[in-house]
Amino acid sequence: MRIIVSIKQVPDSSEVRFDKETHTMIREGLPSIINPFDENAIEAALQLREEHGGQVIILCMGAPHAEEQLRQAVAMGADQAILLSDRRFALADTLATAYSLSTAIKKIGDYDLLLFGKQAIDGDTAQVGPGVAEMLGLPQITYVRKIQISDSKVIAQRVLEDGYEIVQATLPAVLTVVKEINEPRHASLRGVLKAKKVEISIWKPEDIDADPARIGKNGSPTDVIETFTPEPRGDSQQLSGTPEEIAQALFALLRQQNII
Amino acid sequence: MNFDLTEDQKDILEAVREICEEELAPKADEIDRKGEFPWENVELLARYDLSGIPIPDEYGGLGADFVTWTLVGEEIAKACSTTGAIYGANILCIHPIYVFGTEEQKRKYLVPLAKGEKIGAFGLTEPNAGSDAAGGLASAVKDGDEYILNGTKIFISNGGQAQIYVVTVKTQPGRGARGMSAFIVEKDTPGFTFGKQEEKMCFHALANCELIFQDCRIPAENMLGRENRGFRVAMETLDVGRIGMAVGAVGLAKAALEKAVKYSKERIQFGQRISSFQAIRHKLADMATEVEAAELLMLKAAWLKDQNRPFGRIAAMAKLYSSEMCHRVTDQAVQIHGGYGLMREYTVERYLRESKLFEIVEGTSEIQRSVIAGHVLK
Repeated sequence: MRIIVSIKQVPDSSEVRFDKETHTMIREGLPSIINPFDENAIEAALQLREEHGGQVIILCMGAPHAEEQLRQAVAMGADQAILLSDRRFALADTLATAYSLSTAIKKIGDYDLLLFGKQAIDGDTAQVGPGVAEMLGLPQITYVRKIQISDSKVIAQRVLEDGYEIVQATLPAVLTVVKEINEPRHASLRGVLKAKKVEISIWKPEDIDADPARIGKNGSPTDVIETFTPEPRGDSQQLSGTPEEIAQALFALLRQQNII
Repeated sequence: MNFDLTEDQKDILEAVREICEEELAPKADEIDRKGEFPWENVELLARYDLSGIPIPDEYGGLGADFVTWTLVGEEIAKACSTTGAIYGANILCIHPIYVFGTEEQKRKYLVPLAKGEKIGAFGLTEPNAGSDAAGGLASAVKDGDEYILNGTKIFISNGGQAQIYVVTVKTQPGRGARGMSAFIVEKDTPGFTFGKQEEKMCFHALANCELIFQDCRIPAENMLGRENRGFRVAMETLDVGRIGMAVGAVGLAKAALEKAVKYSKERIQFGQRISSFQAIRHKLADMATEVEAAELLMLKAAWLKDQNRPFGRIAAMAKLYSSEMCHRVTDQAVQIHGGYGLMREYTVERYLRESKLFEIVEGTSEIQRSVIAGHVLK
């Protein structure tokens, strides 16, 4: 089984500052890490490889120093790492990122599963995984907390607000995973030493036959107007009992608060 | 002279610190309290390639040097002293097989030990042969292509849990050190059983027990090194073991110092942090200085070993100084904590109890002084 995990390099801090002009995050001076949900995706891929054999390939689009996060993924146990890095890829929004990654994935080819973290902790958009699935015309299951592979099919538990659903798709498929799917492993010492020597492939737009108009700033129609944390919603209250009891209790509460 | 670590050593230590902080340290108190041998930590050592650090790749090890083994061991002992002791006891089996083993013995026993699939133990001490290591009574008599082992070893670390044992017994009684031979014995060999697990004042989860040999037949090919040269195997192993004891003591002292520094910055008395009082500051300064000095001795011994130079003298100094330093530093850590220091919740009382082990095991402080004096006066 050939699994490609797309990862993002993100700043390691909740104390991030924003540029007031562009409304984007100031990345300078912050140490970088693998996006935590992407670490879960790497762990999920490694576990699937342990179970079914095969290969885990890590793909990342980012600045040259994102190589460090790719090496970290190799230290965890990944077989191969590819970095899309070029000035022309820079300032990409989620659309251009999904396009660039999907063209790279096409070039890698012969894959069974594409894994992503559910979202990146810097942008929180959760759009790139699904975007790649759309561009490649593949089935997608988002917010996955359990993966089971059998007979060219994937059966996944998909997290909902109040439970989970079981979704089946044919391979190849795109999955985005949540934190609770696993506990990412640390690198082994053999992994640490291997990662220092491994060659990271660096691909430029022409290496993946990318349309220059669809990558980087050129391919990014998004205009960030404002970035803010939404007001938290008020405390919620869950009612239990038979449907009739719940309806009665709800009615009483609404009356009590003069809503009806 | 260069005190810098190599890039590989730095990267290895960074990875090991993360593993230790997140996976070992949080469970260390509980492991000691439960008093059950922590197999999950033995598996952790294997999972992260921590078992065979100084053993070449061809025998399943990481192929790093002995300095790296000590630095990693320090981090392990600092996070969980019990796991540090298992790591230290394991090298007492790994090292002699690597140095004295035949190619077949290395393939059969060293590879699974270095990979961490199995753990080892080393049996020298007997009820009447502690410091007098050559005074043991356990014996082996040749019978065809086998040896028949009889006798008892006591206090053996990893005993009962380890799958592979290196033991020294008399093959020519009456000749003292010149009549000893070393053997590799596998757990579950008929005639090889274990006594009860000892209850100790410290290291409650570390396995220590009797090894009992009753007409235990082992193949002659399991002799490690030459016949009647087993004392050399024991001495070489103890030299390495002394570095290992320094590793455990330095790691534990570092943990105690860290706790003492943290507490002194938090504890307010007479309206100020106790770290602002000279009485506390001087204690911390002495503790930090002693930890540093002990670590340098430990590293020098390991470095000499890596250079294939004689290291027995410095290893004895490192063991002596580190273990006594560890006792002083853990004692002061309890003192700085005041009443809280006596409470289990604050962990430093465990450190103080554990420090005592280092002054006794693998040659008491008195034996170390005797070894060092032998070098000084020769």
